[in-house]
Amino acid sequence: MTSSYRAVTLPIKLTVNGKEYQSSVEVRKTLADFLRDELDLTGTHLGCEHGVCGACTILFNGDAVRSCLMLAVQADGANLTTVEGLAQEEELHPLQQAFQENHALQCGFCTPGMLMTAYAFLQDTPSPTEEQVKEGISGNICRCTGYAPIIQAILQTSKEPPVRKAGE
Amino acid sequence: MKPAKFEYFAPTSLAEALELLHEHGDDAKVLAGGQSLMPMINMRLARPKVVADINRIPDLDYISPTPDGGLAIGALTRQRSVEKSTDVKARIPVLAAAMPSIGHFQIRNRGTVGGSISHADPSAELPALCFALDGEFVLSSASNQRVLKPVDFFISHLTTALEPGELLTEIRLPARALAPSEEWRWGFQEVCRRQGDFAMVGAVSLLKLDGGGICQSACITMFGVAGTPVRIRRAEEALLGSRVNGSVLQDVSRIVSEELDPDSDIHASSAYRKEIGGVIARRTLEAAIDRRNGDETA
Repeated sequence: MTSSYRAVTLPIKLTVNGKEYQSSVEVRKTLADFLRDELDLTGTHLGCEHGVCGACTILFNGDAVRSCLMLAVQADGANLTTVEGLAQEEELHPLQQAFQENHALQCGFCTPGMLMTAYAFLQDTPSPTEEQVKEGISGNICRCTGYAPIIQAILQTSKEPPVRKAGE
Repeated sequence: MKPAKFEYFAPTSLAEALELLHEHGDDAKVLAGGQSLMPMINMRLARPKVVADINRIPDLDYISPTPDGGLAIGALTRQRSVEKSTDVKARIPVLAAAMPSIGHFQIRNRGTVGGSISHADPSAELPALCFALDGEFVLSSASNQRVLKPVDFFISHLTTALEPGELLTEIRLPARALAPSEEWRWGFQEVCRRQGDFAMVGAVSLLKLDGGGICQSACITMFGVAGTPVRIRRAEEALLGSRVNGSVLQDVSRIVSEELDPDSDIHASSAYRKEIGGVIARRTLEAAIDRRNGDETA
């Protein structure tokens, strides 16, 4: 990107789950809407759309962020991972596997955000205590499953061999 | 599409950003981490004509130790970087200790130091910490630069001394506030319903004791209880020159409660904030007595 520009629509180029995309986006479009509407990556969910519920959590250059609180134009040149980047074809990511085994999802609405949060959390804190897991997912709201199985799933994953990097 | 229409600029240098803000004045909103502005834009509570995205100005992202033992922090520095910084831990441990109370780690990955201070939410942690540490804010514009103390910067609820065209560029936290050699002690605590929520009431206490445990200097800053962070001078005076023990702390706790005049809102009543304010002020002082500035853990 060069210098400042003034436009309603801007071209962007970014990498999502290892795949390069080019697009032209309206500057007021949020990153979450762009992922869902333009790239058809509807795994990223939108709950509150103002940064409270965590359902839209993705990795932005490796960091977990709320994609509803970013503009798509801000992702120009960035490397993103969404929940679609966790599984390798038919093979679930260990975190996803652990969620399934522990019944850590019911309606599944919060699950993509929980998974991306848990993924980033475990990168940062590979051997967490239960207390740390609770704090780690405190920015993600679940309204039906209950948090206990989610915490169990994350703890189980942390005890397994090193987690494969997502999007690779 | 949730946000209303705006013009978007992504300057790549500070000079360019300041020129933009000069040109657009009141019409422009600065987009830093976006953790306060983007919710308001999404809900159309904010409808800026111009969004000036400063995220592509790497020169504003730094934590620099200063020769006097303090720190200079670029306004665009992410809260998560402050949380993880060994310089912050070593030089201003109260700042490091308070960082995890700001939102959640996903928020801190984007949220910036300058953004939180410029937003000036009365229950936010960073404004209160800068207030307590008696830091300085560097405000830059296309034609000028000025340095303000927090007491002059924070005016009221979400209102600061920032003029149209001005950008907060640097936060200076001087060693004078907390040099380890001066044996300042500290405590930080806030009360909120859930981890990561805004504080209903919070306290930052700094304390200096002599070898005999006599208080030589005290600073008690409360937040979430008024339009800006507030120092409780009468409680500080009660500490000065006394041996800080249980009965002194009881007095201080009572004085803090008396001095506070918080509003009621959906989260807590005024009476609750007054009561709890006194309790956590005492707890931060107890923590301070047990802990010197060099200690990292709570």
